[in-house]
Amino acid sequence: MTMIFGVPLAAFTGQLMLGLINGAFYALLSLGLAVIFGLLKIVNFAHGAMYMLGAFATLLGMQYLGINYWVSLILVPLVVGGFGMLIERFILRRISHLDHLYGLLLTFGLALIFEGTLVNFFGVSGLRYPTPELLQGGYNLGFMFLPIYRGWVLLAALVVCLGTWFIIERTRLGAYLRAGTENSALMQAFGVNVPLLITLTYGFGVALAAFAGVLAAPLYPVSPTMGSSLLIVVFAVVVIGGMGSILGSILTGLAMGLIEGLTKVYYPEAANTVIFLVMILVLMLRPAGLFGKEA
Amino acid sequence: MTLIKKALTTSIALATASAMAATAQANMSDNEVRIGYLADMSGTYRDLAGPGGLTAMEMAIEDFGGSVNDAPIVVFSADDRNSADVGANTVRGWVDQENVDMVGGLVASSVTIAVTKVIEESNGLALVSGSAASSITNEHCTPNHIHWVYDTYPLANGTAKAVVEQGGDTWFMLTADYAFGHALEGDVTKVVEENGGEIVGGVRHPFPTSDFSSYILQAQSSGAKIVGLANAGADTVNAITTASQFGVTQSGQQLAGLLIFLNDVHAMGLESTQNLLLTTGWYWDMDEQSREWAERYYERMERMPTMVQAGIYSSTMHYLKAVEEAGTDDPETVRAQMAEMPIEDFFARNGSIREDGRMIHDMYLAQVKTPEESTGEWDLYEILSTIPAEEAYRPLSESNCDLVQN
Repeated sequence: MTMIFGVPLAAFTGQLMLGLINGAFYALLSLGLAVIFGLLKIVNFAHGAMYMLGAFATLLGMQYLGINYWVSLILVPLVVGGFGMLIERFILRRISHLDHLYGLLLTFGLALIFEGTLVNFFGVSGLRYPTPELLQGGYNLGFMFLPIYRGWVLLAALVVCLGTWFIIERTRLGAYLRAGTENSALMQAFGVNVPLLITLTYGFGVALAAFAGVLAAPLYPVSPTMGSSLLIVVFAVVVIGGMGSILGSILTGLAMGLIEGLTKVYYPEAANTVIFLVMILVLMLRPAGLFGKEA
Repeated sequence: MTLIKKALTTSIALATASAMAATAQANMSDNEVRIGYLADMSGTYRDLAGPGGLTAMEMAIEDFGGSVNDAPIVVFSADDRNSADVGANTVRGWVDQENVDMVGGLVASSVTIAVTKVIEESNGLALVSGSAASSITNEHCTPNHIHWVYDTYPLANGTAKAVVEQGGDTWFMLTADYAFGHALEGDVTKVVEENGGEIVGGVRHPFPTSDFSSYILQAQSSGAKIVGLANAGADTVNAITTASQFGVTQSGQQLAGLLIFLNDVHAMGLESTQNLLLTTGWYWDMDEQSREWAERYYERMERMPTMVQAGIYSSTMHYLKAVEEAGTDDPETVRAQMAEMPIEDFFARNGSIREDGRMIHDMYLAQVKTPEESTGEWDLYEILSTIPAEEAYRPLSESNCDLVQN
């Protein structure tokens, strides 16, 4: 049997595959954060809570309204995204002229409120969401048993990530967005409704988090605290990729998933810290992040 | 005028009342029995004790009549947020400023060890119901606390032994990388090896971990018959769910959960937990007495109680009986009185308190039902066998507790 540093090739490949799947999650979440930070300059600490709300909306939608997984996949990001727009319009906008720190504190407070409220109703043990019938079971790939659902998560997350990158970097709407954040006064002079653009962008970033929440619902227990545990890692990914860099956060998300996956094989005790080690290294060598523009 | 009148009537009323109760209350500090409830009310361990445990404690007080020998029972409660500092400071305040006579609940082992030190310094009394570490009545024993519901020793002894006897003789350990996980792993290794089994591999995962897929893959490629889960709460839930997604049981491996609570099984559902073996101190549906109490609890909480919540009722009730019997709330006297009385209620069978502070009682080996067997939302366990109190817990001859003379 071929061995790679004492691990059989088959097991090694399996671990890489899992790393990639986790990386896709990181990519999807850090992408939303990067979009919001890049265009609005808001450090959105409520992002984890939005991811959690996405998962809860999926679960409750099925329980009380009978909405199935596939409909949720479209509907939940729209609903939670709409909720995000209300938050931007009526709360965040009031402090948009203040220092970034205020936005950070405000969104952090909002996250605590959402989390606490749901803990009150649902506890912390987590609830189960069944895997949709079409995606149950798994394939034996020879080197590992791959549950179909995990394969689907990887595919769906990558498609959405690339779609987002395309919209922002390659379309006219994306160009407006980027221009609006560069010089909003000038854009308004050209007749573009910049405040509306900002609300939509925040809503879109939140919708991405909610989409990740829908994908996560059948995978992990749906619990009010599921977002906060993931958020810190995702922030580290954004910092490594370069705050606000779209492509950077996608690639870094995937890469960090892989690095974490390999750590779990060779030194599992460090699996939760390895991403932060990378972050420290990157901050020392390239303070603007791997894909960030030098400040 | 009215004020003076009011004060006057009050003092007359008080004087009469206290004269009447004087004999009975002579030995109750502050003429009240003050109980503190400390637990994780909002974090990982909320559902296994939390607000439900407080409800169980209040039920015990209500059933007792709300007062002991005419001294009213007053409850204080606080969230320790699983922090040893927060817990110890809260209890210090209760003991120093509020003259709290007994502290109950107590979940995370780290908090419990810190709190019992404070209680020992002030010569108070603590009844520990939620914690797992067997060291609480071993190297960390004090004359001022009693450990009520379960600990890691019977968990390993009950589950691991049964699994090896059923032919599960090769184990892969999935261990939470902190004191509790290491202790449990040590206990399990000892039991497995003593019974002729072998530990073929293991991985220590960070606490907490949300994604277990990598570790499950390693367990699969180890070829062990049994994957032992030396972790708790959300970690166990995540590990079991992931194992089910990766077809661990379908490929012939079996999971052994070493610390599983009713709320964990309820959260995961029977599809992914069916046939899991576990050791428990109590189960709501194990007999008529238990069901009767559990139904009353359910009416208030709309959830079935865990063994910890039932144990909080049982320990509070036993405490109040001892206070009544002893005629005082002096901790030392009450502690001695509690140890003198046998414990036989809906929760504990053949219960008694040892000199190291361990309350030993019958434990149960249970198996999680399959979805077909289950007849309702909370119909989750089948009790396979009873582990007699004497066999379940660490024998005093192996104790490192200073209170035990070996």
